[in-house]
Amino acid sequence: MRLRLRSVGGRFGLAVAGLLVLVALLAPLLSPHAPEAMDLATELSPPRPGHPLGTGENGIDLLTHVLYGARVSLVVAAFAVALSALVGTVLGGLAGFMGGLVDEALMRLTDVLLAFPGMLLAIFITAVLGPSLTHVIFALSFTGWTGYARLARGQVLTLRERDYVQAARALGAGNARILFHHLLPNAAGPLVVQATSALPGAILAEASLSFLGLGAPPGTPSWGALVDQGTQYLLVAPHVALFPGLALALTVLGFHLLGDAVRDALDPKHLER
Amino acid sequence: MTEPLLRVRDVKTHFPVRGGLLGRVRGTVKAVDGVGFDVRRGETLGLVGESGCGKSTLGRTLLRLVEPTAGSIRFEGRELTGLSQRELRPLRRRMQLVFQDPYASLNPRMTVRDILGEPFAIHGLERGREREAKVGELLDLMGLPRDALGRYPHEFSGGQRQRIGIARAIALRPDLVVADEPISALDVSIQAQIVNLLVDLQRDLGLTYIFIAHDLKIVEYVSTRVAVMYLGRIVELADAADLYRKPRHPYTQALLSAVPVPDPERKRSRIILQGDVPSPLAPPPGCHFHPRCPYAMERCRRETPPLYELGNGHTAACFLVEDEARKVTQGGQGVLAQSPP
Repeated sequence: MRLRLRSVGGRFGLAVAGLLVLVALLAPLLSPHAPEAMDLATELSPPRPGHPLGTGENGIDLLTHVLYGARVSLVVAAFAVALSALVGTVLGGLAGFMGGLVDEALMRLTDVLLAFPGMLLAIFITAVLGPSLTHVIFALSFTGWTGYARLARGQVLTLRERDYVQAARALGAGNARILFHHLLPNAAGPLVVQATSALPGAILAEASLSFLGLGAPPGTPSWGALVDQGTQYLLVAPHVALFPGLALALTVLGFHLLGDAVRDALDPKHLER
Repeated sequence: MTEPLLRVRDVKTHFPVRGGLLGRVRGTVKAVDGVGFDVRRGETLGLVGESGCGKSTLGRTLLRLVEPTAGSIRFEGRELTGLSQRELRPLRRRMQLVFQDPYASLNPRMTVRDILGEPFAIHGLERGREREAKVGELLDLMGLPRDALGRYPHEFSGGQRQRIGIARAIALRPDLVVADEPISALDVSIQAQIVNLLVDLQRDLGLTYIFIAHDLKIVEYVSTRVAVMYLGRIVELADAADLYRKPRHPYTQALLSAVPVPDPERKRSRIILQGDVPSPLAPPPGCHFHPRCPYAMERCRRETPPLYELGNGHTAACFLVEDEARKVTQGGQGVLAQSPP
């Protein structure tokens, strides 16, 4: 199966995503300074030689922090989405496959979790556990898996009655074979789309938590934290909030477009050999 | 008389219908409601009836893809009901299913190689090159090109896909094949090819078929014996020639009168049935057919007619043939299989 991302939006999204991954990987090489480096003499300076995006509080180099911030955004979002998708798919698939009490219990649990505003719960969890990126990943996955669980369950419920599953049963296939050879490969499409579409949300959520001081620990370069810092100097040094904010907006836009393109590409009507 | 390949007695498959806030059982769909017959080795038993009469459910119940609520299914004398899925597995390779819809019956994400290799994989037979060779033989047998191996189901036509489905069913050389409307989803031009393929395979591999269909002409062509189902019960069962020449049950008569005859000169008296098939949720009491039967008597509303033996293996569940059955068996023993009320 080849992905076809030929639309303009898809290409743009792919370019942004690719750029972000590259930047995250190469941050130490691309950055003009170390993230810890402070230049107190030029604190809150607008762009100037040596500091292409200017400096922030305590004279940190903004370009360096924006580049390193890509790491945090990407890693947290990727892990949060992957964990959510994994847990959700396994639990949802199980619920759909086993039915009965297991199904009932798991689905009521998702109901309860979905009844809470996800962000509020994430704020609560990180507030209790303390600021750390691991806690952010945990907090986002804690509610994030429910969407995948419902999707996977629905997929399995419709797929398990398909004739080809009955055919496999008639041949004597066990549950594991049916699940891994027949149900999951056919359920994967919507789940991949859901995961891709969830990435920008997770990036924003991490930024929001960091903005509130509940995400990245102090000193960690994170876009949300930089924007938070910048809000205090909006009138004197607007660039401090502007550049990380732009990076955030561009990234979220790019991933949204990528998600749409992946959805279109995985549409069965576009599926080719 | 030798042991039949499949011996079915009083099989019932009921589905609970749940409704309301608490999911209480509101009723029961009696999809199969007390069915009994034998399938002899090498024969084709045709199973006909209107949509919703339970013939597909019966076919799947016999293979234990749907759990029977009650009754006995013996395969070569071995009771299938009550076996666990694990105990059932070695028997599964000996009885297979061909599906109606060739678009739904093949996993769209598997290549033909994987689809046809799966029977061998499940039973741990033939690996690697040997399996590839076996799968290749199957393709030859089905008249499919060898280069089909690496392709996906959607690259084939309906008829070709049905051939792939049949190949999967016969891959492990089963004894019994339940063909559940194997041609009704196909173009008319393809139907004859698939029917002939099934007939050839039966001859060459010694298969036994249960052939489920609603096309009476094709059932007559392929079947040794034919069973007619109405609302979860068998109402008549006889040798194909016998049944088509001399149908005894009013329902069978009505069904057969609806078959088009390719002769414009011939006068036909059509029996037009009134009303629809009643809901299997609330089947009428007594004989299920009585609300639509032109000969219905008072008794039909109260009692369920058993299958009467009319000689030559011809049985019909209708009070109209009771006297005749008594003569055949001399002394009122004319009941072959008691249908429960």
